[in-house]
Amino acid sequence: MREVAIVGVGCTGFKSVTPEISYKEMMFEAATRAYQDAGNINPRKDIDAFISVAEDYWEGFSIFDEFVPDQLGAVLRHLFTVSGDSIIGLATAYMLIKTGYFNTVALESHGKPSDILTLHDIVSFAMDPILNRPLGGHPFYVAGMEMNRFLCTTGNTRDQCAMIVAKNKGNALSNAFAAYGANVDVEDVLNSDMQFYPLKKIEISKPADGGIVIILASDKVATKLNENPVWIKGVGWASETPSLETRCWSKAIYARLAAEMAYKKAGIMTPSVEVDFAEVDDLFSYKELQHMEALKLCRSGEAGKLTEEGITQLDGYLPINPSGGMLGMGWPLEAAGLQRLQEVVLQLRGQAGNRQLSDVEIGVAQSWRGIPTATGAVAVLSNYKG
Amino acid sequence: MSEKIKHFPGESLKGRDIREGRVPTIKHRPNVKYLWSAGVAMSRFLEGLKKGKIVGSSCKKCQRIMVPPRAFCEECFRPVDGYTNVKDTGTINTYSVSYVAGDASRIKEPILVAVIDLDGASKGMGILHLLGEIDDWKTIKFGMKVKAVWKLPEERTGTITDIKYFKPME
Ligand SMILES: [Zn+2]
Repeated sequence: MREVAIVGVGCTGFKSVTPEISYKEMMFEAATRAYQDAGNINPRKDIDAFISVAEDYWEGFSIFDEFVPDQLGAVLRHLFTVSGDSIIGLATAYMLIKTGYFNTVALESHGKPSDILTLHDIVSFAMDPILNRPLGGHPFYVAGMEMNRFLCTTGNTRDQCAMIVAKNKGNALSNAFAAYGANVDVEDVLNSDMQFYPLKKIEISKPADGGIVIILASDKVATKLNENPVWIKGVGWASETPSLETRCWSKAIYARLAAEMAYKKAGIMTPSVEVDFAEVDDLFSYKELQHMEALKLCRSGEAGKLTEEGITQLDGYLPINPSGGMLGMGWPLEAAGLQRLQEVVLQLRGQAGNRQLSDVEIGVAQSWRGIPTATGAVAVLSNYKG
Repeated sequence: MSEKIKHFPGESLKGRDIREGRVPTIKHRPNVKYLWSAGVAMSRFLEGLKKGKIVGSSCKKCQRIMVPPRAFCEECFRPVDGYTNVKDTGTINTYSVSYVAGDASRIKEPILVAVIDLDGASKGMGILHLLGEIDDWKTIKFGMKVKAVWKLPEERTGTITDIKYFKPME
């Protein structure tokens, strides 16, 4: 069976606003960097297929697919769009190569939330029109309800959530791609405005603009394109029910099922021992704890304690979100998953600069599609082909 | 199949039944608004229109002058080498006569739309715009020479409609 590697990454970096460039120019910049990183590959002839990950409402176009080819070098080539999170896009690219018909695939995702004047109205538009929308309110109250039930059921604490903010914004200070690095402590978090009890304002990741392109290759060509390929050991994805009335509020079941699917493929039996570090969705502070537990990196109710003991810091035994997560880097809409994945690739290559972890061989990237969804995806990566 | 059935059981629904609430429905008008950054290439294009100029961009590798301008050449996948004005005259590549307005209603005076290959741009490149000052649309011909009719400088706002339409050159 052929193996699949990541041989190139390109990123524009993330910023709160980018009035100076269009989304097309942003995508071109990320793509150019990725092709350069993958042995200066020429997309006009050396990339077999292209996948973009985009959602029409975030873009403001119907059938956004059609606005994509030019800036990726995909004109007159083989391209389609995945409407979902970008790790679901990664799973699609991975499967394309597994078919044997494609040796190289370029995967693109970007977010330009500063182009959207009514971002939260678009989130509201994802709520059920019969049961939920008529009640009004800001849709992030869903996160408040989930945080409340999660903390109550698992015994993780309010203050431990605050520690996530301090850790991630701190990590982001040594990440040049990050938009929101800062020195904050637990006290600062607890003094932040209450927005969706028990969730405080500073615990909600802020939107950021930026684009990422990833180049995948089969083992046939991977080492020719990059002498340090990062191997995709497994991918998984899953959805729980969208129903807010009947879903599980204490656990991220979608992430658990996605992780089990990816671990099985990767041959990982004991994630808490075998996984060296992880990049997980932290759109809201508590989500990092909930996702750590869903990924079986610790037992239920233990994630907060590990955070409190410093185990998840850069120099800890199990670093979580060394990039700074979305609390530190910013929330780039559907590109959130590739933002997580990129950090795993950089860490496994030993190219993470000041925040480089030592002796890492297996890293996990996990994504969630955000409010009000219960859909997530997981990728397990390694610098050993194995 | 349905032709053979003379009478369907039950009561048939009319549009009125839905409008008047006899069928349960849900109504919601989303509040979706965007303000797209025009970016490097399109900003130059829009600023050009305001000054009565049509801006293209050039790629040395494939030797093309591209209109509308872009920051990168999609054929060669490299940044463009510069920006240059093309003429506001050109030839009709293709056209249509639209008897239907944007809201799908029938209109008396048809809208004449055309793709115009602009002089000074590479072959097959130019602008999609309206045709005007044409009494009988049947006089429109492929390859016909046309010229832009601009709004007055003080009326221009840096949009594609700063050109009112293209008219036959004759
Ligand atoms: Zn060119």
